[in-house]
Amino acid sequence: MERSEAAMTPPKGPPIRLSALDPQFSREIKRLAGTDFHACLQCRSCSGGCPFSDHMDYMPNGVMRLVQLGLKQEALSCNTIWICVGCHTCSIQCPMAIDIPGVMDALRERALAEHVAVIEPDILAFHREVLHSIARYGRTHKLEIMLRYKLKRRDLFSDLDVGLRMLAKRKLDLTPSRIEQIAEIQKVFRP
Amino acid sequence: MTAAGRAAPIEVSYFPGCSLATTAKENNQSLIESCARLGIRLVEIPDWNCCGSSSAHSIDHRIAFDLACRNLALAPAGRPLVTACPSCTLRLKHAQHLLRHDAGARGRYETLWGRPYDPDLHVRHFFGLMVEIDWRSRIGNGDVVPLDLTFAPYYGCMLNRPAALRPSTDHHGVMERVLGDLGMRSVLWASSTQCCGTFLTVARPDIVTPKVNAILQNAADSGAECVVTACAMCHMNLEVRCTLKAPIPIFHFSELIALAFGSARRDWFSRHLIDPRPLLSRKGLAA
Repeated sequence: MERSEAAMTPPKGPPIRLSALDPQFSREIKRLAGTDFHACLQCRSCSGGCPFSDHMDYMPNGVMRLVQLGLKQEALSCNTIWICVGCHTCSIQCPMAIDIPGVMDALRERALAEHVAVIEPDILAFHREVLHSIARYGRTHKLEIMLRYKLKRRDLFSDLDVGLRMLAKRKLDLTPSRIEQIAEIQKVFRP
Repeated sequence: MTAAGRAAPIEVSYFPGCSLATTAKENNQSLIESCARLGIRLVEIPDWNCCGSSSAHSIDHRIAFDLACRNLALAPAGRPLVTACPSCTLRLKHAQHLLRHDAGARGRYETLWGRPYDPDLHVRHFFGLMVEIDWRSRIGNGDVVPLDLTFAPYYGCMLNRPAALRPSTDHHGVMERVLGDLGMRSVLWASSTQCCGTFLTVARPDIVTPKVNAILQNAADSGAECVVTACAMCHMNLEVRCTLKAPIPIFHFSELIALAFGSARRDWFSRHLIDPRPLLSRKGLAA
């Protein structure tokens, strides 16, 4: 069977500038992630298995290549790091046993530390609300997380039906389940 | 057979986690009931906190580590810490992995929680316990109501792990074996280990809804009358994000065990967004 033209054409994108490679960044992510992504041989099992790769700008194997090369800006600003939920479908399929979601965690954290513009602000807003709830109660209070998230986005009405159905089924508690020793949790959140 | 004639009771520490404590109370109660019938006492660890969920490790690895560690520090020595949520299990095990391999992590643990970490603490998901004990010997034959149901076992991402955290035996097939022993028939289907989308359900329902619909449609097309979940988060996502006209009901694994043991409660099933009661009464299994 003849291959299509498209299959033989490399994907369009800006050329890689060798001057932009940052080996220090590569080492830093390796240290943070605790996994050796240099073992990646670009077999693409991760991207084939990832349930969410359709929604990513770089496939997971592409992100492994970015961090190998030290292409910092591309790695920190891609949406892949925010879409990845850490389901580890890729980890289980990776023949080189790379903890790919561990790399995504490290990149997300670096992106925030370096104030890189977050391409999925709603996902970040949700994570922040979950942490806010844990800091306050020691546990997650789902109703408050949702309300605060919706208020921040100034969008109270999307998903209103879902919220009401959950309330009707007693799935959303009005009051939080909270721990007694909240001071111990505050210790954790102190910078 | 009387209770006295059965195996000795087991007492374990128990970490329910936020989902089971709140949105999935029916999961928690049915697990506690099932265990009670098996002579397993789940002793909730006092004042446990959220494991950090997906959000902590997503944006701050230190907070994620500390939150998980407080729970490990609260667990009494000498008995296993049993978890019910696959995601909590992974968070706790990940913290243990760091404690085992990183002196800095151990130092932080000791400073924050005022005691050395317990290298012998065995964190294990309820599935591991279920496989290990001879549960048949712990309950009389006459005490089991056979469940005439065909189900699609849904593990979600539960069986996936990074290489460093892979258990020596995994839990694949646990639902098929245990529920099979209780009279149920499992179907083979393609979406058994497809991720439910977890927290993307909030910020990106546009991604999660088609995934969830595909999973539930696939289960129905495979001949299942219901889906059985291992995880409360999966259960919620499947129910909340499904937009199919007539989806098949979704049970928590523990609800069906309790149902077969005759200790299910009516108000568990009334909490489901996709009402399983018509199916149960059709099968003569109304709780």
